[in-house]
Amino acid sequence: MTDTGRQTVIQSDLDAARLVQEEIEGVVRHAFEEQEAFAIKMAVEEALVNAIKHGNQMDPDKIVRVVYDLNKERFDVRITDEGPGFNPEDVPDPTAPENLERPCGRGLLLIRYYMSSVSFTDDGRTIVMHKLRNGK
Amino acid sequence: MSQQPRRRRLEVEDSGDVAVVHFVDKKILDEQNIQMIGDDLFRLVEELGRRKILLNFGNVEFLSSAALGKLITMNRKVQGVRGKLVLCNISKEIREVFEITKLDKLFTILPDEAAALQTF
Repeated sequence: MTDTGRQTVIQSDLDAARLVQEEIEGVVRHAFEEQEAFAIKMAVEEALVNAIKHGNQMDPDKIVRVVYDLNKERFDVRITDEGPGFNPEDVPDPTAPENLERPCGRGLLLIRYYMSSVSFTDDGRTIVMHKLRNGK
Repeated sequence: MSQQPRRRRLEVEDSGDVAVVHFVDKKILDEQNIQMIGDDLFRLVEELGRRKILLNFGNVEFLSSAALGKLITMNRKVQGVRGKLVLCNISKEIREVFEITKLDKLFTILPDEAAALQTF
């Protein structure tokens, strides 16, 4: 982790997630163009909400760990929940006609669109995302 | 436990029989906020009987996928009363969110309020 790297642990609480999100927004705002900063904000928001709502099932006894870092080339963020894990391949395509009017299920789609790379470890409990600078 | 006073999240004005809705919040994010915005939108249809509704996103800089879910539900409610829901003044970034999720095919989206009002 570089000097700009940070690790934070929050409870499964959306207000706490908001504070982390704002912190990250403050870090990336000066390093990325507006569109890229928006993309990171969107992906981080969706990933945090997924960790809290779907991973930890809003259980106040479960935590979410957020590790992020910014360097000359990219922004990295890793979000880990304490849930049972999941297989990202099992998430239905929200753009399929039969799913289009479902009220939820779009978070992963948006994360994958906005970040340069997305992967999962620890049986789906950890999402690892990178955003390269300069639109790569 | 005392409840905090309910903060207004929508500003509604009439243009003829069209309810033009502006969002107070620049960022439609957190769950509780989205829930309340949804409730206020649904109330327009279910309690106030409005059938022509224009959502003006001019003040909105950011929204999460949970907010999209509320819009989908709102669309269904408006369709249920054979009404019309139109969106307008959506920023380029948020328009992209609708396009990525293919919700630009579900919703009627116009560039500005004047154009949107013409469709009612």
